Amino acid sequence: MTQTMIEAVGLHKSFGDTHALAGLDLDVAEGTILGVLGPNGAGKTTAVRVLTTLIRPDAGHATVAGIDVVQHPAEVRTRIGVAGQYAALDELLTGLENLLMVGRLYRLDARVARQRATALIERFELGDAANRPVKTYSGGMRRRLDLGAALIAEPPVIFLDEPTTGLDPKGRLSMWELIADLARGGTTLLMTTQYLEEADRLADDIAVIDHGRVIARGTATELKRQVGGERLEITVDKPAYLDAARRVLEALGDGAAHVVDESRRVSVAITAHDGVLTHAIRELDSAGVHVDDIGFRRPTLDEVFLSLTGRPAEETVEVEA
Amino acid sequence: MSGVSWWLSDTVEMVRRNLIHIKRTPELLLDVTLSPIMFVVLFSLVFGGAIEVRDFDYTSFLMAGIFVQTIAFAGIYTSVLLANDLQKGMIDRFRSLPMSQSSVLAGRTFTDLLRALLAVAIMWAVGMALGFRPTGGLLPSIAAIGIMLLFGFALSWIGVAAGSLVRTPEALQGVIFAVVFPLTFVSSAFVPTSSMPDWLAWFADRQPMTLVIDAVRSLTLTGEPGPAAIPAILWSLGFLVVSLPLGIWLYNRRTTQ
Repeated sequence: MTQTMIEAVGLHKSFGDTHALAGLDLDVAEGTILGVLGPNGAGKTTAVRVLTTLIRPDAGHATVAGIDVVQHPAEVRTRIGVAGQYAALDELLTGLENLLMVGRLYRLDARVARQRATALIERFELGDAANRPVKTYSGGMRRRLDLGAALIAEPPVIFLDEPTTGLDPKGRLSMWELIADLARGGTTLLMTTQYLEEADRLADDIAVIDHGRVIARGTATELKRQVGGERLEITVDKPAYLDAARRVLEALGDGAAHVVDESRRVSVAITAHDGVLTHAIRELDSAGVHVDDIGFRRPTLDEVFLSLTGRPAEETVEVEA
Repeated sequence: MSGVSWWLSDTVEMVRRNLIHIKRTPELLLDVTLSPIMFVVLFSLVFGGAIEVRDFDYTSFLMAGIFVQTIAFAGIYTSVLLANDLQKGMIDRFRSLPMSQSSVLAGRTFTDLLRALLAVAIMWAVGMALGFRPTGGLLPSIAAIGIMLLFGFALSWIGVAAGSLVRTPEALQGVIFAVVFPLTFVSSAFVPTSSMPDWLAWFADRQPMTLVIDAVRSLTLTGEPGPAAIPAILWSLGFLVVSLPLGIWLYNRRTTQ
């Protein structure tokens, strides 16, 4: 049986009237990535801060690598690496100096710290900037260096709090590659994100949280299945065709069609694949509808979130008191 | 390694970090370089002719006041530097590391002690150029520097407590000015307290800055510790005994919220 490397049971944490965590339960098996997915204010960062010993929960308990985070924070800290939404780096130190400092504070041997720092700089493509103060770094470079600082002691458990928030697509892709690499190396990872695509792509398992509690848990496929099956989706050539397309799809699908005017898209739930596509094309053609694109589509995690919480995931939502 | 040597190694790491900051932003040293030079020059040249002090020439009299004023400002300025750190994510990184957490504060206050020492060295040299004569001799002068650095170190820990309390470093600047500035003026820093109204002199004679200044003045100019030395040291130790645990407590409270 695989070991549980991160476990939280019934965590509560309030700030004044705000219940940031309201009975949060999580568990992450060794060597897997758990994606903690939720909108702003859902309690993701608070959960990470409790698990990384930065704040104490009001109630409940949590262990990392089997060690209680409240009772033995110092022990936990030797086994974790943390990279946050706000890169925790020293702006005036160079990239290399930051890694060396963090390495020595992890109490690595000075020689080992230097070897690993140099290797991380190389691996994270920061070689040219290694001897420049961090304040000259771009957002993507900061995140990579921050992740490097989390990795320098090669801890068995890594926490990533919104590792790609605010990065451009290129920066995001390179972070994704680094994170996927880590998981292949056997590190246990807990990653928070508000990007459904990110959780879908990287996480073995996803916990959707809202108002400080887990509201759904499973693999991306399982979560999508909760929302419903496959849909047939078409994109029409002109908005004028939308109405006719809706009628055609409703005739061969299951229930009402969903129409999105701006993207000229119409979709409908279907129960079986067999012959649906050819049938649809024939019908659309005889109805005079010009189609740009047609295909089967499984629900996205966006839709999962919408159906679980009644609102889109990427909307900014304040935690209710 | 034992707990103490880990603490020491973490603290050295923090001092190293703070010194790199100073190296990369030398303007951080202005308050302990340019301002004391300005004070020495202005006071000795502008007021020097107008203020009569017994036994010594005014520049020699003034130096103890300038030393202690600069050290007091530098010490309390720890609060601004710490509040700056607290605003950034770096403290979170430190708190997630298996390092000694009090080393963050010790590193801060030890660095500020080095800043204060640098300030003393600069002021000493500028003072000598303008007529300061430490006729008390070498050992008493070293003792005087020890007494003022101890005072500055104690104020640094008060700075740790203050820096952990405020939300923004800007809030501190005004408070520091409003508290430390009057205290230096209502002391024996620039004029003998006997020239003040009786009630003010009563206060001035008993407040710690006067005691530290008098001890430094007596040691540097006459070589004798004088009556103020022991009370000056006791005040500093008293500040330390209260502000060191208070500072650590407030910092922990602030960073675990």
